[in-house]
Amino acid sequence: MKSGSNLEKILTKGIFAVTGELGPPRGADLDAIREKAKHLKGMVDAVNITDNQTAIVRMASWAGSLIALQEGLEPNYQMVCRDRNRIAMQSDILGAYTLGIRNMLCLSGDHQIFGDHPYSKKVFDIDSMQLITMVKKMRDDGKFLNNEEITKPPRMFIGAAANPFGDPYEFRVFRLAKKIAAGADFIQTQCIYNMNRFREWMKQVNDRGLTEKVFILAGVIPLKSLVMARYMQKNVPGMDVPEEVIKRIEGVDKKKQASEGIKMCCEQIEEFIEMKGVAGVHLMAIEWEHRVPEIVEQAKLLPRPNPKDLE
Amino acid sequence: MIIAKVKPLEEVKTLIKDFKRILTVGCAGCMAICLAGGQKEVETLNTKLALSFKKDLTSPLIEGYTVERQCEPQFLDLLDLMVEDYDALISMACGAGIQFLAERFPNMKVFPAVNTTFVGVNRDIGWYEERCQCCGDCVLAFTGGICPVTMCAKVLFNGPCGGSQDGHCEVDKNIPCAWVDIYKRLKAQGRLDQILDVFPARDWKNQTLGTFVLEEFQARYSSKDNEGSQR
Repeated sequence: MKSGSNLEKILTKGIFAVTGELGPPRGADLDAIREKAKHLKGMVDAVNITDNQTAIVRMASWAGSLIALQEGLEPNYQMVCRDRNRIAMQSDILGAYTLGIRNMLCLSGDHQIFGDHPYSKKVFDIDSMQLITMVKKMRDDGKFLNNEEITKPPRMFIGAAANPFGDPYEFRVFRLAKKIAAGADFIQTQCIYNMNRFREWMKQVNDRGLTEKVFILAGVIPLKSLVMARYMQKNVPGMDVPEEVIKRIEGVDKKKQASEGIKMCCEQIEEFIEMKGVAGVHLMAIEWEHRVPEIVEQAKLLPRPNPKDLE
Repeated sequence: MIIAKVKPLEEVKTLIKDFKRILTVGCAGCMAICLAGGQKEVETLNTKLALSFKKDLTSPLIEGYTVERQCEPQFLDLLDLMVEDYDALISMACGAGIQFLAERFPNMKVFPAVNTTFVGVNRDIGWYEERCQCCGDCVLAFTGGICPVTMCAKVLFNGPCGGSQDGHCEVDKNIPCAWVDIYKRLKAQGRLDQILDVFPARDWKNQTLGTFVLEEFQARYSSKDNEGSQR
């Protein structure tokens, strides 16, 4: 075991994993996280705690991760390169590991121009690929980025993101291969609506033998409404929402659009379970945590394995 | 002006070792003035490269040509007919010029021979110092004409920090403390009140690709025919 995290154990045993997502609040609000965590407990194997997503100030992801731990949820601590340099990153990793955080997702981060402080100064001292390398070096070599020894190395299970829908399409698999070479243990993909394109991408990933080296969790966001579907299609960078998905949501009564979105999401998950090389699903029910239990139930993902039984 | 330094010879040599016909393109703008990539430096580099290749018993064709400014399209026109004779270009322009050259000839392999270092001044012959980081929102009016973004290692707007000692910066005794200089100059001018209030967090407007069109030229570039000529 590299980290001994619950997520690592589940993936290593070949059990189809389920990860969720929890966005920390825009305030010093403990109850807000507890409320979200309550809905996710027992429904997911680990939960991503986002790091100021879309460059909007929120409670620190390490703090959110610690609260998740207290609530009995295993966190997947997200860290972006936008806001901190290598000194702060390594320091945060030491702190996070010391207090029980075992999974990390290494990301570049959305540009601050999209957020609530558009003219803040960007950091990007290192990029996501270099961050992965650094976390691996800390774990496997017991060294900081400058090659100095770490007295007690943090042992993280290292996650990275992949977007099968970004441009240039042909290069996406090479970039994934680079992330694996850098040290990624698991991948959580951009949220998938274009299943054809995802199938094609997975085929390329399988053909290159990459699924033997890394666990791939397919990302999904259940659509709540037609408005949301259209918004995702038009305004979210790197998102590919095909017209047929829009039509399907549009085709049902407004009151039933949410349940149609959930139904569609569950159909996707059923396909992922059967799809070669897909090791799990990353369910990003943003501000919809309370619907997660019914989604995982409907997708036949319950019960989740008890961490104690994985020893 | 933009200041650059010539790359080590071995580095440039490694970049071009697989090519047989090379043209080194100099720039008679800033690069000539800072003695990094003008006509003279092009000749020097080419001679050094030729000698070094000769030692390895190879003899690629290495020629030179210096344009007025590599950052302006009309000065690159002359190269249009020339570059076909070569299989690689070395550029001795600043980073902007190198990219403009590569953009002009997308099928050519273009290699840099200088490291662009900063926007600065000529202290004396061969002695350069940084003065501007192109932050896009000049504060020199408030700081007595001394830039805290460039001259203060911590980019403080409300300095000096606790590390300022005997007029020097804490990171290097050879670097003056920008805020000591700002303080002295404003005091001498009777303008200290300008730095007595807290200078609030500012907008960093140069965080995405910089591009603009002068107001008097807006019409020229907004017509349909010219769409795409701007980013």
